[in-house]
Amino acid sequence: MSEVFFGASVLRKEDEALLRGKGKFVDDVKMPGMLHAAFVRSSVAHAKIRRFNKQAALDLPGVHAVITHEDLPEPMRSRHLPLYVPNPHMKQVFMPSVLVKEETVFVGETLAIVVADSRYIAEDAAALVIVDYEDLPAVVDPRAAIVVNSPLAQATAGDNIIAQVPIHFGDTDAAFLKAAHVFSESFFMHRGGPFFMECRGVVAQWDDATQKLMMFASSQGSHRFKRAFIDLCDFDESQVQVITNDVGGGFGPKGSFYVEYAATAAASMILGRPVKWIEDRRENFTATQQERDQYWDMEVAVDDSGKLLGLRGRLVHDAGAYVTWGLVLPWIAATSVIGPYVLPAYHLELIVAMTNKVTCSPVRGAGRPQGCFVMERMMDRIARELQIDRAEVRRRNFIQPNQMPYNVGLTFRDGKPAIYDSGDYPKSQQIALDYFDYAGFEERRKAALRGGRYIGIGISNAVEGTGLGPYEGATIRISTSGKIVVYTGATPQGQSHQTTLAQIAADHLGVSYDDIRVVTGDTSSIPFGMGTFASRTAVNAGSSVHLASIEVANKVKKLASELLEVSPDDLVLKDGGVEVLGVPEMRKSLRELAHISSGMYGFSMKGDRDPGLEATSYFKPEQSTYANSCHVAEVEVDIETGHVKVTRVLVNHDCGRVINPMIVEGQIVGGVAHGIGNALFEQLLFDENGQPLTTSFAEYLIPMATDMPKVDVIHTETPSPLNPIGVKGAGEGGTIAVIAAIVSAIENALIPFDVTLATMPVTPEQIVLLTRNKTSFVAASKRYKTHG
Amino acid sequence: MSETRTITVELNGRSYTRTIPTRLLLADFLRHEIDLTGTHVGCEHGVCGACTVLVNGTSARSCLMFAVQADGQNITTIEGLAEVNGSLSVLQQCFHEHHALQCGFCTPGILMTLTEHLRDNPEPDEVELRTLLTGNLCRCTGYQAIVKAGLEAARCMREQGGLK
Repeated sequence: MSEVFFGASVLRKEDEALLRGKGKFVDDVKMPGMLHAAFVRSSVAHAKIRRFNKQAALDLPGVHAVITHEDLPEPMRSRHLPLYVPNPHMKQVFMPSVLVKEETVFVGETLAIVVADSRYIAEDAAALVIVDYEDLPAVVDPRAAIVVNSPLAQATAGDNIIAQVPIHFGDTDAAFLKAAHVFSESFFMHRGGPFFMECRGVVAQWDDATQKLMMFASSQGSHRFKRAFIDLCDFDESQVQVITNDVGGGFGPKGSFYVEYAATAAASMILGRPVKWIEDRRENFTATQQERDQYWDMEVAVDDSGKLLGLRGRLVHDAGAYVTWGLVLPWIAATSVIGPYVLPAYHLELIVAMTNKVTCSPVRGAGRPQGCFVMERMMDRIARELQIDRAEVRRRNFIQPNQMPYNVGLTFRDGKPAIYDSGDYPKSQQIALDYFDYAGFEERRKAALRGGRYIGIGISNAVEGTGLGPYEGATIRISTSGKIVVYTGATPQGQSHQTTLAQIAADHLGVSYDDIRVVTGDTSSIPFGMGTFASRTAVNAGSSVHLASIEVANKVKKLASELLEVSPDDLVLKDGGVEVLGVPEMRKSLRELAHISSGMYGFSMKGDRDPGLEATSYFKPEQSTYANSCHVAEVEVDIETGHVKVTRVLVNHDCGRVINPMIVEGQIVGGVAHGIGNALFEQLLFDENGQPLTTSFAEYLIPMATDMPKVDVIHTETPSPLNPIGVKGAGEGGTIAVIAAIVSAIENALIPFDVTLATMPVTPEQIVLLTRNKTSFVAASKRYKTHG
Repeated sequence: MSETRTITVELNGRSYTRTIPTRLLLADFLRHEIDLTGTHVGCEHGVCGACTVLVNGTSARSCLMFAVQADGQNITTIEGLAEVNGSLSVLQQCFHEHHALQCGFCTPGILMTLTEHLRDNPEPDEVELRTLLTGNLCRCTGYQAIVKAGLEAARCMREQGGLK
């Protein structure tokens, strides 16, 4: 096999339909007799529900039902959503019931589903449902939540602590005792929400005659939805089909199964008609899961040369009202802090707190940006205190390539020891610095300062656990028409699986990637699937496609070798057929072979042939693969307005072998944009009663075209030894390290004001307040002269 | 609320007459009455720009406009952008070649915004296009490839001596 398509920047198969307005998104689904749903949502953060008055809503013409918890079919009614990521460290578990039974625990929680002839009428009716609340105190700040005698976020909880876990290795006490220097810092990190452009949505159709539920959903994994329905309703495998066609972005939270989906299905079961629910943007700001807040109080111990000896502290994580994602998110944050550096000892007290806010979910990066931020800010701090260049202090601490595979000493989120498989971190940084002309920055700064402009440069390195298990599968089948189809449970939301998975298969099957159809996200096409999250599809689904393609190619060759009477080794798959090497006229087309392999009606099968030219593979990675990146950012800060202009970003990214450089670059640049939002302006705000204050795109800002700098991407390829195609994940690598790089650059630009930054985002208000006292300029000028 | 009115719109060169509720938004009219689902609804409060269409050649948010306001008007949506022979327009083709879309949900609005702008401004520069695109949010691409595709489309159209 020669690689023609693997590694090539071929254009996307997805584009044609999308560019013509012929995509198939969930709100494009139309069914005969379809009704429309809207939700009655909690207007308070914490309350007992005394009663509902549905009459006015039911009286509205066009309304078919107002369904509350008591109306739900059994067994759904008496169940909670299943928890698929349990962790023995969780001392209490709260999962939502499909509609609130008696206690609501966040603003936006689903109390009732209203079904009507149109979405307009359903929304009118939802506003007419009267809810009688008995207010309970709301828990908003996770730090206050964990104090003894705090009000409770869940009335039946013992306290607000879901888990308190020490995560550690090495002897931290000894490290701090022998340290030449100890620096401490408190970090607040906020990571907003996903804010995909297409809100959530489902169409559910219960068919009474066949006792089957069909659902179209905007999701990151249709098999997860199917599994949830089977658990909620005691269905057998054949009773549920979930189809996900085009998805308008996911970024993590579309991977969750939500109560709205079950309620919409319940409405279809009750009414015997298809029901559609399409989320509006306000619901999206209140009821779609978010990543939100972490508070880290940390100390770092270093020797005289700035080498790390130990890191210790406490992390308080705001989990929100339920624990849909278990401890996954803070666990990733806690274990990603080590990054590419040799850290001899680490002790983190992880405290996961419940609050009366919408449930937390991983968002692109999933805790890694926070871990990276802590370590990278500490690196800058060490550099500043010891007056070492920031690049040099990192150089002194890097894990060296000859230390690979490197055992960090922790258990990662995949349940396996965190063992970095490959990567060259010192080289990664050096390439990035050279490309960016880091060495020439001080000249640029001097020139800028002469013009009254404050510019700064920042560096940040990250190691990213990607390609998480347990598996993803692929079935490849050659139809009797000669057409080749790949079926997988991976469920893209813009990541281009149609193209990249076809590229992998095409090289093995001797066709163009254009000739291979890739079917994603249909539970009827392959029995098991996990979905697209955690930068996992290239590793898992990609490897499965690779392995299944080889098996199919071997079947093709075996059959052709019998027919052509040559050795399979003398055959090559080419141009939609198989031919004898050097004798192209000795050839069989895939179509012909597929027919022969399917047998003749009533005739005995020849030889030991199995029917059909198909193969299924489920690749199960033994552990995560570890991608890495070095981000360099340059900013200009306007001290009058506090505005930060990111002027340039470079990402040297190593995700192992690259299937399609154009697509990886798109992922990285898009990821950088998400990180710029997190670094500078994305913030979900709540008042002291747990009322969300940012519920529109006018109040919550995501990056616009003018917020984006020129982003350069360098692909460094260190193949992973952990999968047959040598790939690592790429979907989140753009986001993770860019936040720390930008904040580092802002701090660097504000050296004349002696500013220390330990939050994300860094807002204009913060900058104006920090720089207002201009006298600090003089005090800091001495430091400025010696600090690079 | 149940008041209806009969309207006629010229849509992508075809005439449609429908009796509709007066409160029906233009976006919902296009998507659910005419079944032209290429126009997408992203925020329903006029910020994201995904629902942008051309009304008499001028870009407008179809989520902020009632369908009855379009009575007698000429509307163009993404379904009307391709060339007469069915091939992609220069702008659509440049989006394909420069990987200017990922999930594709914001794409319809961005194509409409750029189609209008490039028609009237054949020699745009990067800052101009970035400023123009502040009316359209994209969460996937970081805009870089979109801007590149827009500039490239302008260049191609200048070379071809005019635009479709």
